[in-house]
Amino acid sequence: MKPLEPVGATRKVALGLAFFVLFVLGWSVATFGGFVSRTFLADPLTMLREGWTLFAQFGFAKDVGITIWRVLGGFVLAATLGVPLGIAMGAYKPVEAFFEPFVSFARYLPASAFIPLLILWAGIGEMQKVLVIFIGSFFQIVLMVAVTVGATRRDLVEAAYTLGASATGIVRRVLLPSAAPVIAETLRLVLGWAWTYVIVAELIGASSGIGHMITDSQALLNTGQIIFGIILIGIIGLVSDLGFKRANRALFRWSVA
Amino acid sequence: MSALAIGGVSRTFAGVRNGPPTNALLPTTLAVADNDFITILGPSGCGKSTLLRIVAGLDVPTSGDVQLDGHVVTGPGADRGMVFQSYTLFPWLTVIENIGFGLREKAMPPARAAEIAAHYIDKVGLRGFENHYPKMLSGGMQQRTAIARALANEPRILLLDEPFGALDNQTRSLMQELLLSIWESERKTVLFVTHDIEEAIFMANRVVVMTARPGRIKAELAVALPHPRHYTVKTSPEFSVLKAELTEQIRVEALKAVEPGI
Repeated sequence: MKPLEPVGATRKVALGLAFFVLFVLGWSVATFGGFVSRTFLADPLTMLREGWTLFAQFGFAKDVGITIWRVLGGFVLAATLGVPLGIAMGAYKPVEAFFEPFVSFARYLPASAFIPLLILWAGIGEMQKVLVIFIGSFFQIVLMVAVTVGATRRDLVEAAYTLGASATGIVRRVLLPSAAPVIAETLRLVLGWAWTYVIVAELIGASSGIGHMITDSQALLNTGQIIFGIILIGIIGLVSDLGFKRANRALFRWSVA
Repeated sequence: MSALAIGGVSRTFAGVRNGPPTNALLPTTLAVADNDFITILGPSGCGKSTLLRIVAGLDVPTSGDVQLDGHVVTGPGADRGMVFQSYTLFPWLTVIENIGFGLREKAMPPARAAEIAAHYIDKVGLRGFENHYPKMLSGGMQQRTAIARALANEPRILLLDEPFGALDNQTRSLMQELLLSIWESERKTVLFVTHDIEEAIFMANRVVVMTARPGRIKAELAVALPHPRHYTVKTSPEFSVLKAELTEQIRVEALKAVEPGI
C-alpha cells in the first residue's frame, strides 16, 4: 500500500462488502457461540425472522413509511428555508452580521431537549416530529451554506466584475454555481442527522414509526426487533446517501470530472 | 487622443496590527493613447499590479484618479477587460460559456453571443474545445480562453496582469505571439503588466519601468521594432540594445528590493 494511491473499482466494492461480512460473522460467533445472552442480543437469524414478523403481522411497512415521510418533511422544510437564508448571509455581510450570532447560538441548542417543550406546544402529532427535525437541521444548514457561499474564490468574483457583472449577477452567476456542489454535500450530511432526530422524537412520544416500534420492543425485551429496526434505519440511510451522491455527481460534473 | 489617463494615482495600505502603513504606489501619472500597447515592467512587489487593479476598478486609489474617455473610474466595468495571472475561468462553465459570460450579462441575444464566442474561439485557436470544462485544459489553453473571454466583451481597453506568468517558457512565447497577432489585427488599447524584460519589449510600443517599492515610474522607453513582429526579432541587435538597457534599469531596482539599505 502506498499513501493516496487509488483503489480499483471492483476491489473497492469487495473491500467494502468484506467488512459487512466480517461484522455479521463476529455478531454470529458472539450470539450462536453462546458468548452473549440471547436476552441482551439476538442472533442474526432471529433478527431476520422478527423483521419478517414485523412486516407480515404488524404492518411495519406503514411505520417505515411514516418515519420516512417525517424525515423528508422536516428536512425539506429546513432546506427550503435554510438554504436561501444561508446564501443571503454568505453573500451580504450585513445580513450575516445580523443573523450569524443568533444562528451560531441556536445551533448548539440540542434538538432532542426541545422534545418535551414541543410536545406541550404541538402535541404528539406529526407537527411535533417535523419540528424536532427542523430545529435539528435548520441552523446547521444556514451556517454551513453561509460559510460555503462566503468562501467563494475572490478572483472569480473579480473576474466577473471586470466582465461587467452586476451585484445580482455576481450572486446568481458566480456565488450560487460555485457553492452549489458543496451545498448539495451539506444537505446530504444533514439528511443523515435528520434520521437521528426522527428516531429520538419517535422514541419519546409517538404512536407510530420505527422509533415507536423500537420502544415497544424494548418493553417486550425483543432485541431481535430492536436490532432489525436499527439496521433498517442504517439501510435506508445508506440508500438515500447513495442516491444523493449519484445525483450530486450527475448535477455537478464540472467539479468531479 | 489618450483613451486612458492615470492622474497622480497612489495607494497606501493600512498597517498590519497598528504597524506603519505600507506605501505601495507613489503618485503615478500615465497616459495611454488609443490603440497603444504599453507594458509596465517592474520587480515583484513594486505596485504594478496594484496600479492595474486600480485602473480595473478592483482597488481604490488613496489619491488621484483614473479617467477613461474623460469619465472617472469608480468601480469595475465591462469597458475594462482584465486577464489575471491566476486561472480565473469559471469552473462550472464550458470554454464557450466562459467566453460568453460577459455577453450574457449584457443580455445579448444568445444567437448573436454564440456567433461572437465562436469568432474568438477561432482567434485563440481553441476550436474543438468549446465544450470542455476548464479542469480539462492545460494552463496555456485556460489563459487563451481567458483572453478570448475578455476580448469577446469588446472592452475599451484590455488589462493584463502577468497573464503568462504561470506558464512554462515555450508556452509563454507562443502566447506572446498569439496575443501580439491579435493586437496587430484588432489594434485594441492594451495595458500589460510583467516582470519579464523580453516579454515587455516584444509586446510593447512603449515600456514603462517602475521602481522597487514604493513604486513609481522610473523611465519610459519607446520600442520602435516594426510590426508584424516575428519571434526572431528577439535575437535582433535592436532588441538586444533595448534589453541591455532595461536589464540595467531593472537590476538596480531588484537590488533595492532585496537589500533595502542600498
